[in-house]
Amino acid sequence: MFDIDKWQEIFATIKKNKMRTFLTGFSVAWGIFMLMILLGSGNGLSNGVASNFMNDAVNAMWIWTGKTTIAYEGMKTGRNIQFHNQDQELVQKVAGVGVTSGRYFMSNTRYSFGKESGDYSTVTCHPQLLEVENLQIKSGRFINQIDIQQNRKVVVIGNDIKEALFKDMEAVGEYVNVNRIPFKVVGVCSEPGSTKSRNAYMPLSTAQMVFNGSNRLHSLALTMNANTLEESKAVEEQIRNALSRQHKFDPKDESAIGINNKLENYIQTMKIFQAITIFIWIIGIGTLIAGIVGVSNIMLIVVKERTKEIGIRKALGASPSSVIGLVLLESIMITTVAGYIGLVLGTGLMEIINYIMVQSASPSAGSEQGDTLFLNPTVDFSIAVSATLLLIVAGAIAGYIPAKRAASIKPIVALRDE
Amino acid sequence: MIKLNNIHKSYVMGHNSLHVLKGIDLNIEQGDFVSIMGSSGSGKSTLLNILGMLDNYDEGTYHLSGSLIQNMSEKKAAQLRNEMVGFVFQSFNLISFKNAMENVALPLYYKGVPRKKRNLIAMEYLEKMGLTEWANHMPNEMSGGQKQRVAIARALISQPKIILADEPTGALDTTTSYEVIRLKDGRIDEIISNGELKKFQKSYRKELETA
Repeated sequence: MFDIDKWQEIFATIKKNKMRTFLTGFSVAWGIFMLMILLGSGNGLSNGVASNFMNDAVNAMWIWTGKTTIAYEGMKTGRNIQFHNQDQELVQKVAGVGVTSGRYFMSNTRYSFGKESGDYSTVTCHPQLLEVENLQIKSGRFINQIDIQQNRKVVVIGNDIKEALFKDMEAVGEYVNVNRIPFKVVGVCSEPGSTKSRNAYMPLSTAQMVFNGSNRLHSLALTMNANTLEESKAVEEQIRNALSRQHKFDPKDESAIGINNKLENYIQTMKIFQAITIFIWIIGIGTLIAGIVGVSNIMLIVVKERTKEIGIRKALGASPSSVIGLVLLESIMITTVAGYIGLVLGTGLMEIINYIMVQSASPSAGSEQGDTLFLNPTVDFSIAVSATLLLIVAGAIAGYIPAKRAASIKPIVALRDE
Repeated sequence: MIKLNNIHKSYVMGHNSLHVLKGIDLNIEQGDFVSIMGSSGSGKSTLLNILGMLDNYDEGTYHLSGSLIQNMSEKKAAQLRNEMVGFVFQSFNLISFKNAMENVALPLYYKGVPRKKRNLIAMEYLEKMGLTEWANHMPNEMSGGQKQRVAIARALISQPKIILADEPTGALDTTTSYEVIRLKDGRIDEIISNGELKKFQKSYRKELETA
């Protein structure tokens, strides 16, 4: 099989036919190169969005109240469910629940400082909300347990509120009027993964007292100690059961309470990315097919161009199999080397892009939210290698058919070919 | 050596069939020097191609060295061509991307002679043709006469039993033709005197007269 003389003959042919070699090689290298870029970009996009998701705690859950739609234990439908402070304590006791925070939500509260004022949403909460929503404190601190216990009139304002009311001034330590009641600003925060930070955060106990909230809650926010969809579903189920016992509604009643399971969302988004990956694969396979067609075309032309040479070789005593071998080994040789070059260039380019993005992202990561849509754009190496092999095989098949035909025609016919 | 019996050959072109060889009987012994003459289109080339196993015939029998040449596989035909026949074509048929030495050495490649050895032998034959300093030139850098001399060296290198030359000087001017023919005759004499049996066929009358 391995015959040095044969390879010398092939190398001599390749060396003397540079244009032909280049064209065959180029179409293969280009196909592989484009496939690498496509798959790499897809992976980069997927990785980037996955990392953005991490900005909120992935295992967060929000629960809010609604109206019952199923009659239960003799009570008719249409009943309003209302959370109270004890519901937070109840949920906290459910197995698998990490930290919890009650929320009393006030929209359109008027914030004013000096001449500036604006309407913003106020979230009243426990200190644990910081962990659930992964809030970033830009200056000062977040609500703490002492604020809750002492009903302190303090507020943590979102960055946008600070910009609107305080401009360049330091906000922490100043007093803002919230619906004309003065609150001390103790911190400024921003919400990662969002372009707006227009919420203000207030101790739950203070807000309930000051704004006539009694012990009512609008919603609960919590984290779960769950890693899989199944685990998070189980925790969700337990919370629903506990709350249904407390508030006497059918556990199957989806509208009595609403639950937003972040992990579920996360997994769903990952499914969307699987769809995007499939899409990228379809394009990638299209690129590969274009490459295969290109190689096949060139092989057809190569064999046509070599018909006379094949005739001469046959007149001098070349057997059909040696002629086919010559054409095929040459094409396999070229496609292999070119495929490898395309592979190296494609992966190399993606590595360079990755390097540049890591370099440019690192200084700005601290200052802003560090939003990257593109992360680690690399390709599974085995995929790259099998794509190259596919092109090589396709080139060989595309060369084999015309080579076999050329090798089997009478030498005199081949010699007449001009 | 060569025995043709009632050979027929026709070319089919569309609906028309062109009957070229109509029952050729031919007997050529070892060492014979035969030239075939005839008007254009009379079937000289067709006969040569059949003798050289480059083409097949429709009817009759062709015996070469006692064995019947008929319906053989391409592989067997290629092997026989390599062992028995040396071709000199009107249009030289050198491989354009190989230099003179590589072109001459090519039949030995198909005989399985190692590269170094066959290049050495090729240089010997080129020397006999007076082309030593042209060994590394490509065909397109050589004149017609030089090219044909390379082709002759290629036909001789495998020391075939038969040399078939189809209008070897057809593409050359007169002066060059004489040069080539003188050279050929000289070589033939030398090779025959070396005890090898050659057959030389030509179809160009004028050359023969002058030679």
